[in-house]
Amino acid sequence: MTTQTTPTTAAAPRPASPARNRVRRKEQRRSPLLTALTALMLIYSLVPLVWLLINASKTQEGLFSSFGLWFDDDFALFDNIRATLTYDDGVFVRWLLNTLLYVVLGAGGATALATLGGYALAKFDFPGKRGVFAVVIGAVAVPATALAVPTFLMFSKLGLTNTPWAVIIPSLISPFGLYLMWTFAASAIPGELLEAARVDGAGELRTFIRICMPLLAPGIVTVALFTMVATWNNYFLPLIMLKDPDWYPLTLGLNAWNDQAATAGGQAIFHLVITGSLLTILPLLAAFLFLQRYWQSGLAAGGVKD
Amino acid sequence: MTVLAPPTISRTGQAATRPPRRRRSWTGWAFVGPFMAVFAFVFVAPIAYALYLSVFRTRLIGGTSFVGLENYQQAFTDPQFWSGTWRVTLFLLVQVPIMLFLALLVALAIDSGRLYGKAFFRVAVFMPYAVPAVVATLMWGFMYGTRFGLIGNLNDALGVILPDPLSPDLVLASIGNIVTWEFVGYNMLIFYSALQVVPKSLYEAAELDGASQFQVIRAIKLPAIKGALLIATIFSIIGSFQLFNEPSILQSLAPNAITTYFTPNMYAYSLSFSGQQYNYSATVAIVMGVLTMIVAYAVQLRGTRKDK
Amino acid sequence: MFTNRRAFLRTAALATAAITTAALAACGSDDGGDTTSPVTADQVQAALDKGGSITVWAWEPTLKQVVTAFEAKYPKVKVNLVNAGTGNDQYTALQNAIAAGSGVPDVAQVEYYALPQFALGKSLTDLAAFGAGELDGTFTPGPWSSVKTGGGTFGLPMDSGPMALFYNKEVFDKHQIAVPTTWDEYAAAAKKLHAADPKAYITNDTGDAGFTTSLIWQAGGKPFAVDGTNVKINLADEGSTKFAGTWQKLISDKLLAPVGSWSDGWYKGLGDGSIATLVIGAWMPANLESGVPGAKGKWRVAPMPQWTAGANAAAENGGSSLTIPKAGANNALGYAFLKYATAGEGVKIRVENGAFPATTAELKSAEFLGKEFPYFGGQKANEIFAKSAADVVPGWSYLPFQVYANSIFNDTVGQAYVTDKPLTDGLKAWQEASAKYGKDQGFTVG
Repeated sequence: MTTQTTPTTAAAPRPASPARNRVRRKEQRRSPLLTALTALMLIYSLVPLVWLLINASKTQEGLFSSFGLWFDDDFALFDNIRATLTYDDGVFVRWLLNTLLYVVLGAGGATALATLGGYALAKFDFPGKRGVFAVVIGAVAVPATALAVPTFLMFSKLGLTNTPWAVIIPSLISPFGLYLMWTFAASAIPGELLEAARVDGAGELRTFIRICMPLLAPGIVTVALFTMVATWNNYFLPLIMLKDPDWYPLTLGLNAWNDQAATAGGQAIFHLVITGSLLTILPLLAAFLFLQRYWQSGLAAGGVKD
Repeated sequence: MTVLAPPTISRTGQAATRPPRRRRSWTGWAFVGPFMAVFAFVFVAPIAYALYLSVFRTRLIGGTSFVGLENYQQAFTDPQFWSGTWRVTLFLLVQVPIMLFLALLVALAIDSGRLYGKAFFRVAVFMPYAVPAVVATLMWGFMYGTRFGLIGNLNDALGVILPDPLSPDLVLASIGNIVTWEFVGYNMLIFYSALQVVPKSLYEAAELDGASQFQVIRAIKLPAIKGALLIATIFSIIGSFQLFNEPSILQSLAPNAITTYFTPNMYAYSLSFSGQQYNYSATVAIVMGVLTMIVAYAVQLRGTRKDK
Repeated sequence: MFTNRRAFLRTAALATAAITTAALAACGSDDGGDTTSPVTADQVQAALDKGGSITVWAWEPTLKQVVTAFEAKYPKVKVNLVNAGTGNDQYTALQNAIAAGSGVPDVAQVEYYALPQFALGKSLTDLAAFGAGELDGTFTPGPWSSVKTGGGTFGLPMDSGPMALFYNKEVFDKHQIAVPTTWDEYAAAAKKLHAADPKAYITNDTGDAGFTTSLIWQAGGKPFAVDGTNVKINLADEGSTKFAGTWQKLISDKLLAPVGSWSDGWYKGLGDGSIATLVIGAWMPANLESGVPGAKGKWRVAPMPQWTAGANAAAENGGSSLTIPKAGANNALGYAFLKYATAGEGVKIRVENGAFPATTAELKSAEFLGKEFPYFGGQKANEIFAKSAADVVPGWSYLPFQVYANSIFNDTVGQAYVTDKPLTDGLKAWQEASAKYGKDQGFTVG
């Protein structure tokens, strides 16, 4: 585990061209056949989402009585959205705000830690460096459930369970984010630049903030998006840490709504579960679409080559 | 995992002539320190605690006693643990190749530049990744229903009887489908990004030689994204061995097909959360973690050996 | 009749108490701090006057209204009602909190089947110290004997689930099927219905531990015998065998809808007539009204089918108590709320909101019995439920690790529903797996 490979040379010869612009050869002929084949994959990816959208427009009764992939006569999407947002004194909105809190602090913190750490691994030589990443990646292989109970007991002794911190603190660690920043920083920040800054006598922190941060921006956006997805979709950890529905994130809340049908005296609200699911994924989809340009260059430029 | 070695070759080219410019100093720790501190708190401490728990046994009657390695002995001969392990191994051997192959096909198709509406494909195939596993599983669970779900609708509409996706024979495949759906776009993006940085001069040279598309793929593209393939494989292996969310949420729909020891992770969970066997649960989780590391390491070794 | 039962119960309670005292004495020294010093009614009243705040973990929906009324009556008390998950989820949370020693609620809802586990784990306060013994006779026998487990009174019954047969009259009329009074008739009706309409099933079942144990209970089986830390499990006794015989027929002939209870498909089936009956606890009407509003007027209630023609045996299905975890911060205030909700003014509020009570006064009141259910076509269903509550077969007990045993029910018995394995083999596997767990946990399993 602890041995790290020496720098591997890529199989294909790699010219040392400094060109950063998108590598693209002249326009190929478009192929309808290939497009059609790939469209199968597209359908596979989109059908469940379309199903979700269609079924979010049905009433509880309509869900049971109409065909799954087409609209019911009764178009209730807006009623459902209203009902979802106001059900049980608007607890869904509360869950949404909780999720935002966890994302801002958890994913934000994770991005910051990963950026600093990745930068250090890429650009500094320090004692114990080889061990750092081996340990971090080794830990990823340990199943989350192995950590669940010990972490719970530990947090409980510290009085952290049932507070937002129980969700936020573990979210601060993103091994994948660290790896991404490491590779990104290694290629995006020329060593000469750092040398020059050091020769000029600039402090390390100042060098990092003024010179390196701008260069790292696409990588930071990419890491931020991936940690955001991880935090937004976090289920297992809050499940054991939180017992007060006032602190639930959306995922737990939706599951609680789904379970509600299974309670003596409880109300079956499958239509709200479906509409709530739709509302849960929309912000993430929007974020990915709007920030597309950044994260794609972030991944392409450094993230995953070699 | 050594595959994730530092990327010393940078596109700016300084790596080839990397000077011994960096003094060994503690400065780096100022940057990596915060990460490691939190990491120690949320990963290392619980793992240490789990190791500690694994050498004790607590009973409802009789309290806690030190049992040494007995829990490990028990795990190695526990048929339920091994049945779960074999199941995820099977899952790994079937689902991961299918998912990565599909991801690779789409990535190559998009990269070929021969698609209409390339940008749309790229984003649309990736979209499922943004769907929380909980929502994805609830959604597919609704659709799998033979009475009220999409399967039921199709049965009614076409007058056929499709097999029940949640029956014991098919449930693993149904879970595989959910996982594939969730992650094919993510892996596609990783491959696609890697393809993006293949230098165009290589293609030009191949074109001059009159190489076909398939030859270009085999001789240039695949070798070029080998690192990405390896990383995606290893992350998928870890993910398969840790399979939990999807089967555990589907369990309420298929309680007889998805047992409490369906996957090692579910087994560890039910041991500690239904049975309060915290000690044995910690043992199972540790054994599984070690197995995961061994397999991932073996795959990585094989991957890099071929590389040379 | 009633006094007789009380007398019986008292004897039973005394007997259990004697046995458990012996068991505890044998158990050793760590019980030193176990005896709770008595808390008088005055002390409880003082706590109410002083005020404070308590946390209640419960998922029962009508407690919301009870909390509002309680806070109005005692303005100085703040009740923090938390839904910490339903059933097993909440027990997990409770066990974790108790293990960690922090975040333990003052009052917790615990179902009857799970109560012995918490009582045995010494996690709950023996309410005898609060004078709960005086409440003898307040509650119906089934639930009251359930909370008097392990030699103490570890909770007060909040609701109960005496079982009845809910059936879709429209479907029965359409196919001219008579309402079954015995399980043999039930099986015959199942056959007739499915033959007449291949999409319709008499009921759904994918293997449900609570349902199975309730039916064995009604059949007179006593598969779980608990005596301190000595546990006997016999899922091949007469009652269990009776159940397995009848149910195997239904499974083999594919007469049970393969739909899990509480799933979306289940609600659909209850609404469209493809699931024609439910044999389930008396708390079901509220769920039918909210979950299957479209079938209003189609459903009726009848007494449970019998194992012996002409008999009057019933069993409990579900139902829960409110308990006071020992590690809770404010036991006196907790008890005040608990009593208010289970034996005081709270009962009426809960019944009005659709809960099924466990108190004899409510079950005997003319107002309660005379209530007409529009959902059941104006039927006075409570008369049937109340009779069922009185007919519950005495002497049932759950395992002191029933929560775990139920969690592996589908691993074992459930296999009989999806493979050719006979139900009796499944029950045997369940018995073995439960016995193994019991032994691992230090019980003497015979």
